[in-house]
Amino acid sequence: MRIAVQEQEFDLGAEANAFAAGDNANGAIVTFTGVVRDLASGDLDVMEIEHYPGMTERALTKIAQEAQMRWSLGDVLVIHRHGRLAPGDRIMMVATASPHRKDAFEAAEYLMDYLKSRAPFWKKEITTSGADWVAAKDEDEDALTRW
Amino acid sequence: MDVLYFAWVRERIGLPKERIETNAATVSDLVAELSAREERYAAAFSDLSALRVALDQELSDFDAPLSGVREVAFFPPMTGG
Repeated sequence: MRIAVQEQEFDLGAEANAFAAGDNANGAIVTFTGVVRDLASGDLDVMEIEHYPGMTERALTKIAQEAQMRWSLGDVLVIHRHGRLAPGDRIMMVATASPHRKDAFEAAEYLMDYLKSRAPFWKKEITTSGADWVAAKDEDEDALTRW
Repeated sequence: MDVLYFAWVRERIGLPKERIETNAATVSDLVAELSAREERYAAAFSDLSALRVALDQELSDFDAPLSGVREVAFFPPMTGG
């Protein structure tokens, strides 16, 4: 398992290749990547991501460990960035490796659902007209009930 | 203990972290103590349903006891991913 909380960019291809390398036991690898989406108005300048150093790593580790207990996983990777990002920048990725695809897909969804509302990150959208904290969505909280 | 604030809670209170000497028994008691101190705290803590609290970097709740806790953090619901 690898958990990385970092300001710098990551190379999606290199991370996915490294994650998959040398692994003959796991026939299924799922990767998910989150990208900064522009606002409907098209005027997002910066997405600023704040986090709680220390708690962030603990929360992500706990979520990944829980996924490993629930599904048959060979490995788990979580990378989440913080700091100032622009539209189109990659925010985060998760990868799961499993002998079978159902476990890999479900575990990746579980990781995403939990890190949306249980990992201490906060997003602020900065446009030419001002700055707003992104509000948590009820549907993100509701998504946890299916697990 | 250290008290940390994140996102708009940090902005409203005006600082990311402070050291507080308190005898508050629970998180709610600490919130009441801070709110009575200054308007900016009262404003930040006016709607607890919009806030989350972590004790020693674990999510907790407002009626949790503070005994033995070294770090309290207040923040809005998280928006990761």
